[in-house]
Formats: sequence, C-alpha cells, structure tokens
Amino acid sequence: MATAPVILRARGRVAVRQAVSRASAYLFLGASLVGVFVLLLLAYETISVGAGRLSWDFISNYPSRFAERAGLRSSAIGTVWVLGLTVIMALPVAVGTAIWIEEFAPRNRALTVVKLNLANLAGVPSIIYGVLGLTVFSRFFGFGSTIMAGAFTVSLMILPMTVIASQEAIRQVPSSIRDGALALGATQWQTVWYHVLPGAAPGIITGIILAVSRAAGETAALIMIGAFTFIAFDNTSPFEDFTTVPIQIYNWTIRPQEEFRENAAAAIIVLMVAVLSLNLLAAVIRERFRRS
Amino acid sequence: MSVVSEPLHAGNVHGALRRRPFSRWNETVVKGLLAACATVSLVTTFAIIFVLAEETIAFFREVSLSDFFLETRWRPLAGRPSFGIWELVAGTVNVVIWSLVIAVPIGLASAIYLSEYAQKRTRNTLKPMLEALAGVPTVVYAYFALNFVTLDILRPVLGNDVPIFNAFAASVMLAVMILPTIASISEDAMSSVPRDLREAAYGLGATKLEVATRVVLPAALSGVIASILLAIARVVGETMIVAIAAGSTPNLTLWPLSTIQTMTGFMLQVGLGDAARGTVDYQSLFAVGSMLFVITLLFNIAATWFVGRFREVYE
Repeated sequence: MATAPVILRARGRVAVRQAVSRASAYLFLGASLVGVFVLLLLAYETISVGAGRLSWDFISNYPSRFAERAGLRSSAIGTVWVLGLTVIMALPVAVGTAIWIEEFAPRNRALTVVKLNLANLAGVPSIIYGVLGLTVFSRFFGFGSTIMAGAFTVSLMILPMTVIASQEAIRQVPSSIRDGALALGATQWQTVWYHVLPGAAPGIITGIILAVSRAAGETAALIMIGAFTFIAFDNTSPFEDFTTVPIQIYNWTIRPQEEFRENAAAAIIVLMVAVLSLNLLAAVIRERFRRS
Repeated sequence: MSVVSEPLHAGNVHGALRRRPFSRWNETVVKGLLAACATVSLVTTFAIIFVLAEETIAFFREVSLSDFFLETRWRPLAGRPSFGIWELVAGTVNVVIWSLVIAVPIGLASAIYLSEYAQKRTRNTLKPMLEALAGVPTVVYAYFALNFVTLDILRPVLGNDVPIFNAFAASVMLAVMILPTIASISEDAMSSVPRDLREAAYGLGATKLEVATRVVLPAALSGVIASILLAIARVVGETMIVAIAAGSTPNLTLWPLSTIQTMTGFMLQVGLGDAARGTVDYQSLFAVGSMLFVITLLFNIAATWFVGRFREVYE
C-alpha cells in the first residue's frame, strides 16, 4: 500500500518567521541592486544630456566662453602629459619600494614602519597632497603651476597604492623560482631582475594602470597647485601651465548656463570612456596572465 | 653507523644561499637604490607633517587657540575675521551623518545579500558592478549632486525653497561613492565567518534571515565597523562633491537641506582664490588641513585596527 508523501509545513510563529526570511531575500537583493541602478541611471542621464555635444570639434577645440565653441583640446593634452610623467616618475619608485620590502628589507622594525607608513599614506585625502604639492613643488622648488608640479604631486598620491599592488604581484611569484635561481649561483639582484620581476610584471602593470585611472579623475589636488586656468595652446614642454579634463568638467559644472551643463556631461562621457578603458585594459591583462 | 645530516629542503637552501657573501659592488649599489626608493614614502609623510605644521604654527601666532576652538563663526575674509573651526567641522559632520544614514543600510544589506543569499554567479557579476562605483571620478559625482539630485529631484519634490547648494545633495552622492567600500569590506568580513557558526544556528532552527542578522552580522562586526570607519575617512577627505554641491557658506547646522561648507570645501576655496603667502587666510588653509589630516588619520588607524581584529579571529 503506497502512502502519500508527507509534506511538513510549519504553522503559526514558525511559518511567519520563514515567510519573513523568504521575503528578506528580495529586500537584500533590492538593496544590492541600488548601486547598479544608480550606475545605469547616471550613465543614461549623462548620455542623454551630453551625447548631443560630442563631436570632433568638441575634442579638438580649445576652451571658450562660448559653450558651443568650447572643447577639450588643451585639457586632454594636459591630462595626457600629467599622466605620462606620473607613470615615469611613480613606477620605478613604487616597484623599487615593493622589491625592497619583499626581497631585501631586513625583517625588523624599519620594515614595520615603512609598511605602516604606506598604509596610512594611502588614506591621506587628495587635497592634502594638493597642499603638499603647492608648498613643496610649486613654491619651494619653483615649478609654479606647471605640468611638472602636477606630475610630482600626483606621483606621490598614487605611490602608496602602486607599491601595495606591486608587493602583492611580487609575493605571487613562487619562492621555488627564487630558490632555483639562487641555487644556480645567481646573485639576489640577478634573481629579482631576471626571474621575480618578469613573473610579477602583469600584476605590477595592472596596478599602475588602475592607479593611473584614479589619477585621471583627480581634481582637487591639481586645483590646489593652480591648474584651474584658461589654457588655449598645446602643451609642448612639462614646464608650461596646464589644465586637465576633470578640472574642465568642474569649470563647466559651476557655470549657471544650461549649455555649459551639456559641455560638462559630454566631457564626463569622454572621461568615463577613458577611465573605463583603462580599467578594462587592467582586467584583460590580469585575466590573460592568470591562465598562463 | 649512519651520519644524520640536516634534511635538505628549499627553506634551508634558500637561507644558506642568502647568507653567502656576494661582494659584487653593483649588488650593494642596487640595494642602496632600492632602500632609497623605500624612503620616498617616509619622506612624503615627513614633508606632509612638516608643511602642515610650519604654517599651522604661523597661523596660531596670529589667531589664538581659544579663538580657533571656542569661537563658532568661521569668517576668514570678514572685516573683523573670525576663525572658529566648528562651523567647518559641523559642515563635515553634516555630510558624514547623512551619507552614512543612506549608505550604511544599503551597503550592509548588499553585503548580506552577496555573502549569504546570492548564488556564486550572481555574486560574481554584482560585486564587480558595485566596485565600479568606486572607480568613478568624484568630480563626476559632484556634477550629478548639483544637476541631478538638487535640480531634477530635490527641487521638483520639495519645492524651490531648497537651496541650490545643500548638504543633502552632496550626501546622496557621497553615499554612492562609499557604497562599494562598505559593501565590499563588510562582505569580505561576512564571508570569512566560519561555516560552523551558520550550521549550528540552522541546527537550532534559525531561518536564513536570523542566521544572517543574528549570527553572521555580529560575528563579522569588527569588519563591518572597519568598513564604516574607512567610509567616514573617505567622506571627510572628499573635496569636489562637497565643494560643488554643498556650497561655500560656513554654517553651524546638521540640517541636511542647508547650505554649508566643509573643511575640504574651504581648503579648495582658498586654493582657487590664490591667497598671498604670509597672510592669515593663506595660513588658515594649513590649520584646517592639519585638522583634516589628523581626523582622517585617526579614522584610518582605527579601521586598520578593526580589520586586524577580524583577521585574527577567523583566519
């Protein structure tokens, strides 16, 4: 004789608790979709306001007090200059610091101090770096409001995160590779140069690209050193005044006229495409080398 | 009779080879260069402290400590200037409070969903999207705070009495900015709570919600607190959003719909204004900067301490 399957169903208080628990799943899902929703809403809003302004003229024109003639030419060139110099300055120092910490440093209090210091520097607000840049690079070293002052300031700002990323990349290289090289008679530096660094390179490159994408959006620190200026020429030397795309966005945002709001939105599209491309590039490099 | 020698394994060889004296001069030079690189970050810290301290001391030669800490009005450019820091601190506290009110519930709920409810695939799509919010330049958020939150939402909903520059619009976008910080770090902490605790609670008849909120959340509390402290440090130090959307009128209020000025907002204003060196308003930039530096440092140190605690317990 077959018996019907028994389905146990909770009643009373237990049933209520279970129902509340099931409903909570949707509440929590909803909350975690808020961020995604905001992201899409902002993208939609920017594109609907700014896409109409996007054109080759918008990229290739100098800024102007007439919104329809204004463009990103000088600010885009300024951004590329600052970021390029930043990479040249920050990358060797960051990788050097990371190698020293991971491979050469004596395991003593000096190392603890350096590590703790890096962690705290990573949390210093960018406007403080701006004050540092204004006092040290603009005034003390006399760089004024030039690309040089900007690049030094941004280099110091991204140094902590680049060091931390490089450290992680170096730690990923298995110690058997070091032992093998050392066993064959390589010196410590030869081991690092020929074996550890090539293995850590993808991680280091990913780290510096992410740092550059953050630096690309930096505004406050560069305003502090005086980059909020009107530039109507192409920068050809690092010792010229400059401005950057985020500062141009700031400039257009604080103007009351509707046309400048459109310019700001269009510039945001350009900046976001650049930042997202950098992030994508970093992700691609990371995935590519994870497999091999 | 056999000779018992030390077993030869990688660790020993590594150690022995490290001790071998390689006296090539370039090896020493390279080591020196690397150590020099490592000192750059130390020099940076000293430079920050020195730069802030030097002008702050000069500032306090002109303005007494009691004027700075006991006055409430911040009017550096008035005929009879007044340098009471509390209006600027209140501006910062204002946006900290309201951005946390928005971001903490949403961030924690997201963390709970990602850690306790979501399938692995959902989690692997949602988490990177949330973290993408952290990569958006803050000047972009500032644009939205002014144009979208204030002009498109607050004014149509609450009427045109809402000031064009208000703390709430800035707080909304600051909340969006810190959402990934809170969600991501809290999720890490929740994921590292051992399975046993959950299983034990299920065994006693707890529902999924009860496990999440009464077992996992308390167990991950130090990580959650760390995420909130880090978020506070980021809000306190953020400049563009508050400078553009919250206004530049120092105001001793925590009411979200008022025009205010934060510490960072004031610093940017001085930076834009090209104040002459040696004047009190130039020096006040550094006094406020010192205050900002100390506050963010304290929150960051506290956060590191809490992160260390949850790592200690479960890893």
